[in-house]
Amino acid sequence: MKKQPGYPKTVIFLILLIGFLVGCPFFLPTYWTFILGEILIMALFSMSFNLLLGYSGLLSFGQAGFFGVGAYSTALLIIKGWQSLSLILLVGIFTAALAAVIIGFLCVRRDEIYFAMITLGFGMMLFTIAHNWIELTGGSDGLPLASLPTLRIPGLELSLFDPRNMYLLILAVFLAGIFLLWRLVRSPFGLILTAVRENKERLAFVGADVRLVRLAAFTIAGGLAGLSGTLFCLFNSMATPDFMHWSYSAKPILMTILGGSGVFLGPAFGAVIFFLLEQVITNITDNWMIFLGAILIPVVIFFPQGILGTMVKYFDRGQESDRQ
Amino acid sequence: MESLVTNLLNGLSWGMLLFLISVGLTTIFGVLGILNFAHGSFFMLGAYLCMQVMHVVPSFWIGILIGPLAVALLGIVIEKLLLRKVYGRDITFQLLLTFAILLVLDDAVRIIWGPGYHVVDAPKILAGTIPLFAHSYPVYRIFLVIIGPLIGIALWSFFHFTRWGKIIRAAAVNREMAEGVGIRVPLLFTAVFAFGTWLAAFGGALAAPHQSVAPSMGESIIIESFIVVVIGGMGSFPGAFAGALLLGLLESFGTVFAGRAQMALPYILLALVLLIRPRGFFGREA
Repeated sequence: MKKQPGYPKTVIFLILLIGFLVGCPFFLPTYWTFILGEILIMALFSMSFNLLLGYSGLLSFGQAGFFGVGAYSTALLIIKGWQSLSLILLVGIFTAALAAVIIGFLCVRRDEIYFAMITLGFGMMLFTIAHNWIELTGGSDGLPLASLPTLRIPGLELSLFDPRNMYLLILAVFLAGIFLLWRLVRSPFGLILTAVRENKERLAFVGADVRLVRLAAFTIAGGLAGLSGTLFCLFNSMATPDFMHWSYSAKPILMTILGGSGVFLGPAFGAVIFFLLEQVITNITDNWMIFLGAILIPVVIFFPQGILGTMVKYFDRGQESDRQ
Repeated sequence: MESLVTNLLNGLSWGMLLFLISVGLTTIFGVLGILNFAHGSFFMLGAYLCMQVMHVVPSFWIGILIGPLAVALLGIVIEKLLLRKVYGRDITFQLLLTFAILLVLDDAVRIIWGPGYHVVDAPKILAGTIPLFAHSYPVYRIFLVIIGPLIGIALWSFFHFTRWGKIIRAAAVNREMAEGVGIRVPLLFTAVFAFGTWLAAFGGALAAPHQSVAPSMGESIIIESFIVVVIGGMGSFPGAFAGALLLGLLESFGTVFAGRAQMALPYILLALVLLIRPRGFFGREA
């Protein structure tokens, strides 16, 4: 068993981190508030994806499909005139989870490359629907939003067109989302997920329904991907088919591997690294992809546990040798 | 009638290009165990290098000879420097490594040749159109339809009658056994990767006069060849042939009977095959 770091230290660290994140828009320039908002959305997306990759050992290449379902249901509801933000967020989760339970029902019976390919296929089917059902989705132009619902907290009405309010909404949803994920992976269900990843034959012999466990994980990951899609639609004031393309599904994979799939916060860390690198590199040159690839190659070959994962492992070892 | 023939020829010529790149992809998977995301980039590089050679020596035939060979050399370097490190590792890392190679290659092409489209002229004897059922039809496309099966037969003969072909097939069927009978596996891996890369690049060079040469041409063909390889059975040569023809025809006839939904047909096919027969048409039970 790995030793848990002392609770008080972790709690203090978390409170400081959350305090810092809440404080950010009040001292950061607006541009960086935007970037940080996008980082949080992608971090939530990646962490939900990691419920599949890191905890269940399933490489899904179609997560962007659910992200897009969340985004499109949000755009459609707002265009229809829905005003309640909490209802919109709930519908975003629900429609994506519904899509995930249907698609997942067919996908979870496959493993490894076949799972990756079948999720890729279904993800691209969703993309094709978004791209070609022009009457509903606006085709390749997508659905731009002219208005956004207002954020209503008792006593306050905040416009989401103010980047600061938008950021705080994203942060609140992000924290709720990862709190849920945290509780989930620490629960008996999380243990069974890990067991499915480690040895599904043995688990099946002791009577667990492997498919059902996987389907549950797939649905939750899909629902949370939909929630991040909902946030992204509000953030961008639009939904476009690009959100659902397979190259978009590669993003959470990249971020997760960059940060480390074996650590709870690894994907979020990977999202931060991804965006910081993008900012720094695109300031120098337009060719950001070649750099991303060049950074990814050594990470994949030499640091399969990702950047945060490698750091945590190094730190743990250091602590243990201190104790000896 | 004429639309039937046009669609048939379109489907066959596209299917043949798909076959060339899928057979390389499936062979690499069968022998090395790696599903190569960068394979489409080699297809694209084949087209670009063929074009580049033609700027120096204005002959398509020299371009298609030298361009793909240069790409195969690059394949050797990539296999020796990078792929070696991830054999036998988790598929996530293999896919991501080849995806990273794709990012580098595609962006490098954008830097070198720019983001725009280029046109490569077909050689003189294959330029122009000929009448076919009161329709004019590009000669080059007919050339593709004719040469496709010839290349298929040549590859089939290579795999069945030559020493190297037999070794590759043996290694694809049972790697341990191949090692056991004294095949030098590291050398074989490099050779197979170079050969697969060459096939993709050769397909790209052949495709150059058929479509415009652009940085996106690799990205669009890689997913389709994944579909071909999965539905045909991963590692299966006849599977790649059948899958490529099926997908080519499905896409060209799809516009007739499926209209706007045509774009989704390949994915529907992929999902159906994976659900009903996960090993693909010609796949072996694992």
